[in-house]
Amino acid sequence: MQFFISGLVIIIAGGLSSLFFGRKPLIATILGSTSAVIGSAISLIPSITILITGTCESLRLNWSMPFGSFFIQIDALSALFLIPIFGLTAIAAIYGAQYLWQYRQHKNLGISWFFYNLLLASMALVVTSRNGLLFLISWEIMSLASFFLVTFEYEKPMVRHAGWIYLIATHIGTAFLIIFFILLGIQAGSLDFDKIPAIPSSMESILFILAIIGFGTKAGFMPMHIWLPYAHPAAPSHVSAVMSGVMIKTGIYGLVRALTVLGMPPNWWCWTLIAIGAISGVLGVLFALAQHDLKKLLAYHSVENIGIITLGLGVGLLGMNMKMPALAILGFAGGLFHVINHAVFKGLLFLGAGSVLHATKTAHIDLLGGLIKRMPITGLTFLVGSIAICGLPPLNGFVSEFLIYLGVFKNGLGERFASIIPALVVVGSLSLIGGLALACFTKAFGVIFLGEARSNHAKEAHEAGFFMKISMIILASLCVLLGICSPLIIKSAENVIFAITSIPINTIRLELVNTSEALTYIVIISLFLAGLIVIFSIYRKLVLSARSIRNVGTWDCGYARPDARMQYTAASFAQPLTDLFKMFLGSLKKISVIKDIFPKDSAFHTNTSDLSEKYMYRPLFKWISSSFSQLHWLQKGRLQIYILYIALTLWVLLIWKLM
Amino acid sequence: MIILKLANPVLAIVIAPFLLGVINRTKAVFAGRRGQPLFQTYYDIFKLFRKGAVYSRTTSWIFRTGPLLGFAVTLTASLLMPFGGLPAAISFNGDLILFIYLFGLMRFFTVISAMDTGSSFEGMGASREVTFSALSEPALLIGLAAIAKCTGFISLNQMFSTVVPGLWISSGAVLILTAFALLIVFLAENCRIPVDDPNTHLELTMIHEVMVLDHSGPDFGFILYSAVLKMWLLGQVIIGITVPIHTHNIWIDTSSAMAAMLILAVLVGIIESSMARLRLLHVPQLLIGATTLSVLALVLR
Repeated sequence: MQFFISGLVIIIAGGLSSLFFGRKPLIATILGSTSAVIGSAISLIPSITILITGTCESLRLNWSMPFGSFFIQIDALSALFLIPIFGLTAIAAIYGAQYLWQYRQHKNLGISWFFYNLLLASMALVVTSRNGLLFLISWEIMSLASFFLVTFEYEKPMVRHAGWIYLIATHIGTAFLIIFFILLGIQAGSLDFDKIPAIPSSMESILFILAIIGFGTKAGFMPMHIWLPYAHPAAPSHVSAVMSGVMIKTGIYGLVRALTVLGMPPNWWCWTLIAIGAISGVLGVLFALAQHDLKKLLAYHSVENIGIITLGLGVGLLGMNMKMPALAILGFAGGLFHVINHAVFKGLLFLGAGSVLHATKTAHIDLLGGLIKRMPITGLTFLVGSIAICGLPPLNGFVSEFLIYLGVFKNGLGERFASIIPALVVVGSLSLIGGLALACFTKAFGVIFLGEARSNHAKEAHEAGFFMKISMIILASLCVLLGICSPLIIKSAENVIFAITSIPINTIRLELVNTSEALTYIVIISLFLAGLIVIFSIYRKLVLSARSIRNVGTWDCGYARPDARMQYTAASFAQPLTDLFKMFLGSLKKISVIKDIFPKDSAFHTNTSDLSEKYMYRPLFKWISSSFSQLHWLQKGRLQIYILYIALTLWVLLIWKLM
Repeated sequence: MIILKLANPVLAIVIAPFLLGVINRTKAVFAGRRGQPLFQTYYDIFKLFRKGAVYSRTTSWIFRTGPLLGFAVTLTASLLMPFGGLPAAISFNGDLILFIYLFGLMRFFTVISAMDTGSSFEGMGASREVTFSALSEPALLIGLAAIAKCTGFISLNQMFSTVVPGLWISSGAVLILTAFALLIVFLAENCRIPVDDPNTHLELTMIHEVMVLDHSGPDFGFILYSAVLKMWLLGQVIIGITVPIHTHNIWIDTSSAMAAMLILAVLVGIIESSMARLRLLHVPQLLIGATTLSVLALVLR
């Protein structure tokens, strides 16, 4: 606990001093980023030891707030979330130090670093606090710090709009959480998590729904996800990496923590989680496929991956509900391992997107092309991230999806109809998500990095700077390492799963050892594959070295003047799939049809806006604003009347008190 | 034992190209032609590996890595596949998921190699490939889940050795539905009619052939070899779930599986000769139909 607290103190102190030196960009950057890295490294020590040993450390201080106490505790579940929080935020800080440097002339970097370190510390507090009030306060600090980070380039109207949407969305979520904690507090008489008694079952379901909406808004469940595609493109890239990689996971953490409090799940909770997971997963990747902006595409993929995590949690709950320990263990193991994996590869992809943006000044996919020649490191690391996010072997993304599949195949295919339908939904949606993600990332990687440059933006690109490259290389290696070391890593999940499910620890250990054996085979096969690739490439090199190699233009059917604009674009690549699923996407198309014999020009344009925003939120907010405008007669804009209101209020209160 | 386990990958490497010869011969017979030699694919591969190469100036290392990676993936996947009396070299719980996802990795690289050329033809093929494979993947996984449910095992080795005549009697409907779904997936994944036409050189209608338009020499040899290996391996899945001959005599079991494989090749030849390629817009319907068959097989008791 001393390590954890001192790490947080370093992070906060570094942020404050960076704010103090805001006028000197170099000092502010060094102070902010190094304190984030050092503080995270120190705080990682207790997190990792607690995850492995399964012990529990706590600290309880008195606090003058009503119902509040400064009660923090690190158990295995907190530790599991602390590791990506500290790890990814530290790596992104290294990246951010160089990324933000381009703004040094007209921006106060000290402010940005202050909020960055504040965000890091508040995320750590969210997953460790064991008092409702402390939790809500850290939650709010986290939301506000990330809001100020998102609105870094506040002079752009688009960024202000994004910040505004994020601020509203996050507070709607918080409102549900406040109700959640008040209801919980009424039951227990205290807001400390360890004093919560058994909750009556009528209450449980209300609390579950509140938790789904409150935490789901932060995590990005469909249809509460609408802030993600706005906030992520607006924020600086290292901030998007942190927000998408770890901040939205605090929603998952909250949901899991709430589930441990709420007791035995009824059947419909499992179905709800699996349904949310399937819908978020499939629709998330479909909307991603239709995007033309790289960071927006990645934002929708966060929705997709949150869907996969939720599928895992749903499978886990189903196992608890149906008394199938193996199903519960593998479901939770897969879902929670995906939390870490997604932090790594999504962080990597956002950093890669940042490098592209930094080098070309645009994130519009259809303006790019051929970047792998000018940005080899960014290209390679982006490729690693793309393979990992598609869930392909041998990288880490495959392992977590494999665990969920394995759980369902092994135990979920019973004779009972009640278990076959969820199994069908999980297998069907996971495989469809896999196929669509492959389509989406071959599109993103292929159009951005391969082929010829489609505009001057891409022609004048340059490789990212040293620190940016280093952080991307670290994350890419982690994608490989987490895949290769998965047989070892999975064994350390026993304490977390025990904390959630309360299945006897020996059963968990046995199941995880069995799983670890299967993963070992996967690693062996992956190494065999890597060996074959090396052998074949050496063979190819040797064979071709003695033969004639010609370099020519791409085969163009004899057309004399090929042009880079003739290449397939992201829109044309995704067109068959977006057409096929148009009933879910509602894409708008603008085509100017060619009529004359000698047509002058022609254009094709597609735009896919978010359906839940268009048909759910916009009408809802329109209705709210029109019903509030009914009260407009109260607001006259005259001082005398306002003073009258105050006097009237005081008068009413006085009478009420006297009565 | 080790030799027995490695027999299947070796068999795959040796015999897989022959399958294409059988298909082509069947088509030739139906068309009233004499047709190319049965061993033509071997000649083609041999010829390609002796050639030099032509590369587009647009391409990068991705283009050069894709083909050999695809070949390495198919060889690796052959380690997981049992065949008749020959057990898989490596078998564990859930190996069928790895088997399917390995082909996903191969597809990823085939597609990005195609996009590396910057050609709109190849982009078009790549786009169609990802569309159709995204739809065939659920059919494949749900179908194998149905088989896993009715055999009670989740490794290919155990699953296939449980397919005995008794299983056909107790859950024949599941096996038929799944086999039919997998046959459609087999045709789609191996770019055969009615999804793709391996013969045509009109780029507008092609899927797989157009993606490899710019590859040449040994690279194209890798591609051709991995294509026939993939066909062999996916064919083995269909054989594995349908042929109920498990006498524990390696020779009988393996030769019956081999015979079944030849029948499958002839069947593919007959399908190709008697059907026209579907319009591209109708291919998704076919694949969704295959998924429906798999779903039926899974929910059937």
